[in-house]
Amino acid sequence: MNTELTFDPIRLPPECAALRAEVRAFLAEEIEAGTFSPHGGAIDGNFSAEFSRKVGARGWIGMTWPKQYGGHERSFLERYVVTEEFRVANAPVRLHFVADRQSGPVILRYASERVKAGILPRICRGEVCFAIGMSEPNSGSDLFAAQTRATRADGGWLINGTKVWTSNAHHADYMIGLFRTSAPTKENRRHGLTQFVVDMKTPGITVNPIWHMAGQHDFNEVVFTDAFMPDDHVLGEVDGAWKQATSELAYERSGPERFLETYYVLAELVRVLGDKPDTRGAEGVGRLVAELHALRRMSVSVAGMLAAGKEPVVEAAIVKDVGTIWEQRLPHRARDLAAFAADGAANRATFEEQLAYATLIAPKLTIQGGTTEILRGIIARGLGLR
Amino acid sequence: MANDSLVAETARRIFRDVCDPQTLNRAADDSWVAPAWSALEEAGLPLAWVPEALGGSGAGLADGFAVLREAGRAAVPLPIAETLLAGWMLAQVGVSAPKGPMTCGPVRDGDKVVLADNGTLSGRLRAVPLAKATGHLAVLAEREAGGGVVALVEAGAVQIADGTSLAGDALNPVHFDGVRPVAVEDAPSGLDAGAVLLMGAAGRAMQMAGALEAILDLSVAYANERVAFGRPIGKFQAVQQSLARLAGEAAAAIAAAGSAADAIAASPVFAFGEPGAAGSPPPLWGRDRVGGIPEHRSEGLPPPLTPPHKGEGNPVGASFEEAVFLEAASAKIRVGEAAGEGAAIAHQVLGAIGFTQEHVLHRYTRRLWAWRDDFGSESVWAVKLGQLVAAKGADALWPMLAAR
Repeated sequence: MNTELTFDPIRLPPECAALRAEVRAFLAEEIEAGTFSPHGGAIDGNFSAEFSRKVGARGWIGMTWPKQYGGHERSFLERYVVTEEFRVANAPVRLHFVADRQSGPVILRYASERVKAGILPRICRGEVCFAIGMSEPNSGSDLFAAQTRATRADGGWLINGTKVWTSNAHHADYMIGLFRTSAPTKENRRHGLTQFVVDMKTPGITVNPIWHMAGQHDFNEVVFTDAFMPDDHVLGEVDGAWKQATSELAYERSGPERFLETYYVLAELVRVLGDKPDTRGAEGVGRLVAELHALRRMSVSVAGMLAAGKEPVVEAAIVKDVGTIWEQRLPHRARDLAAFAADGAANRATFEEQLAYATLIAPKLTIQGGTTEILRGIIARGLGLR
Repeated sequence: MANDSLVAETARRIFRDVCDPQTLNRAADDSWVAPAWSALEEAGLPLAWVPEALGGSGAGLADGFAVLREAGRAAVPLPIAETLLAGWMLAQVGVSAPKGPMTCGPVRDGDKVVLADNGTLSGRLRAVPLAKATGHLAVLAEREAGGGVVALVEAGAVQIADGTSLAGDALNPVHFDGVRPVAVEDAPSGLDAGAVLLMGAAGRAMQMAGALEAILDLSVAYANERVAFGRPIGKFQAVQQSLARLAGEAAAAIAAAGSAADAIAASPVFAFGEPGAAGSPPPLWGRDRVGGIPEHRSEGLPPPLTPPHKGEGNPVGASFEEAVFLEAASAKIRVGEAAGEGAAIAHQVLGAIGFTQEHVLHRYTRRLWAWRDDFGSESVWAVKLGQLVAAKGADALWPMLAAR
C-alpha cells in the first residue's frame, strides 16, 4: 500500500455549537446595524477597522494563542467555526484575517520575546493588518528563487529589492517577508533565505498599487530601498527559513476560506431558482451542494488532524486543489443553471452583480496561496512519484 | 488507516485470501465462490447488520460499512453489500436472517412491489444486483391499503430474468407474480423504499470509495514501474498532475462516503440497538426524529434538524432524518462523480494494458461505473437534494451544511 489518504469523519465537538450560535447572533446584529452588507462584503473590499476591532473584543482573533500574548487558548476547531461563519456571511475580515491565520502563528513560534509581546496582543485586538512578502517579479511559485536581499548593517539588516502581488500591503502595519541573506548552496538550493517581520512604516519602503482585472486594488508592489530591520525582527534561523515554511502551509491551505470565498453565488442561485426549480435547476443545485458538503467534510477532517497535532500536508494540499477548482467553476455553473430562471426573482439584480464579480475574481482562486500546479506537485510527492 | 477496526482487518485478510482480484481475473469458473462465501460467513461479515438474536453477528453499522470499503478495495463480486442490507431490513422488523447470500430491493428509484390482502406480492423490480446468485430477497413492499412491509422471499419463488451489469455481474429484473413470502412484517413508520435506497446508497458509496483507493494505488504503482522515454512515466509532470487529480477524487470519495456511513451509524433511527446485544430492543423507527442525532456526535445547532415536511412536493419523503439524507445523498452523488473522473484517469495512466481483460483494472473501473446506478444515480439524488434545498430556501442551506 503506497498511498494512505486519511479523511476520517471528524465531527466538530459540542463547544463549537454554542460558539457558532454566538457568532451568528453577532453577525446578525452587525448586519442589522449596517456595519457590513451580507450581499456586498467582498465587492466592497471586505475591509473594516471597526468590524475587526469588534471581532477582537469578542475574543475571536488569536483564539488558539496563549493568554499571555492576548490569545484565548481555545481550540483550533473553534477557530474553524468562526472562520467559516464569517466567510459565509461575507464579513469584512480582511484587516485581521492574514494575521490571525498565518502571521501570528509564525511570530508566536519564531519571533523574539519583544516582538511577540509588542505585536501579538494588538493582533488579538483586531488592530493590526499583516501582509505576506513572498513573491517577487522573478520568483512566484518558485519561492526559493527570491532575490530581495537583507544585508548585515550595524544592529540589524538593510533590505533592498522588490516584492510583488502583495495583498493588503497598502493597509498593512507589518509584513512577514522572505529575504535573501546568503547564496544558495550546491547541496541545498533552498538555503540562504531568512524570514523577517517588517514594520511597514520603516523609511525606505514604498507601496505601489496594482489594480486587478476585477477593477479593485487588492495587491501591490512593495519596493525596499535600504530599509533597516533591527536584529530582533528576524524570525527563526538566519538562512534557514525553508525549515520553517512547510508546516504552516497545511493551515493555510485546508481552511474553509479555500472554497467559501464566493459562497454567496450559490446562495443567490438557490434564491433565483425559487422554491420549485425545474429538473435541470434542481439537479445542478443538488450536485453543487453535494460537492460543497464533501469539501467541507474533507476540510473539517484536516482541521481535526491539525488540532490533534498531526501534519496532514498532502491532505491539506488536496483540499485546496479540489476546493479552489470547485470554487473557480462555481460562477460558470451558476450562470448555466440560471439561464432559464424566471426574470422576476426578487434577487435577480443581486445575483447578476455577484455572479459578475465572482466570475472576474475566479482566476485568482487557483493561484493565490499556492498554484494548482504546485499543489499537485506536493500531492504527487506524497504519492511517492517524486 | 491506523484506526482500522478488527472487523475491517479481518475482512481485508479474507478478501485477500479468497477474493484476490488477480486470482479471480484468471479463474476459469465460479468454483471459488462457495468457499469464499463460507469464509465470509464464518467471520460473520455478511450478517454484520443483524443482531445475534436474529441470527447475525451483531457487529454493528460502522463495522459493516468498513467491511464494504474493504470489499471495494478488492472489487469483490459477491453480494456482500446486498446481504448486509437485506439483513438490516429484516432486523428492522424482527425477522431472522436466513443463511446464505441475499439481495434486496427496491434498488431503482420508483420501483414498487405491492402486498395484496391475500398475502401475496406483485410487482417488478427493474434491476436487482446479483439476484441470480442469491437464495433469498428482502423486499420493501407496500400494502394495498397503505403502509410498508418488509418481506423475505425465496429466490426460487420469483421470476428472475437474465441480465448483467457493466461489470459482467448479474443484474436481474425480478418479477413478483402473486408470490407468497416466507415471512412478512409491518415496517415501522419511516422504513420505506426511500430509506432502503439511502442505506444502499451509503453502502455502495463505501464500496466505490474503496475501489477508488485501489485504482489510485494501482495507477501510482504502475507509473513508478513503467519506463518510457528513459524514465518511469510517473516522473513526467503531466502524469503526476493526473495522478494528483485522481488522489483528489479518491479523497473526496473517502471523505463523503465515510461521513455518510458515520452519520448513519450514529443515528438511532437507522441502528438496531447496541452491537451484539442479545435480544436487541425494537427498532427505533417511528421515534420522534427531530434532533434525532445523539448529542455527543453532532452540534445540535439552531435551527434544529427537522425531518422534511410531508405531503405534496416533498422530494424526500418523511422516512429519514434530514441529516442522514444530506450525507447519504451527497455521498452517492460525489462518489459517483469521482468514479467517472477517477476511472478515466486510471485508464489513461495505464494505457493499453489497462484496457485488456488480462489486467485487473477493469475489475475496478467496470464496477465503479456499474455501481453508480445502484440505489440512485448521481442525477437521481441530485434532483432530490436540489429540490430539498430549494424547498428549504437559500438561507437554510448553510445551517444545514454546517450542522454536519
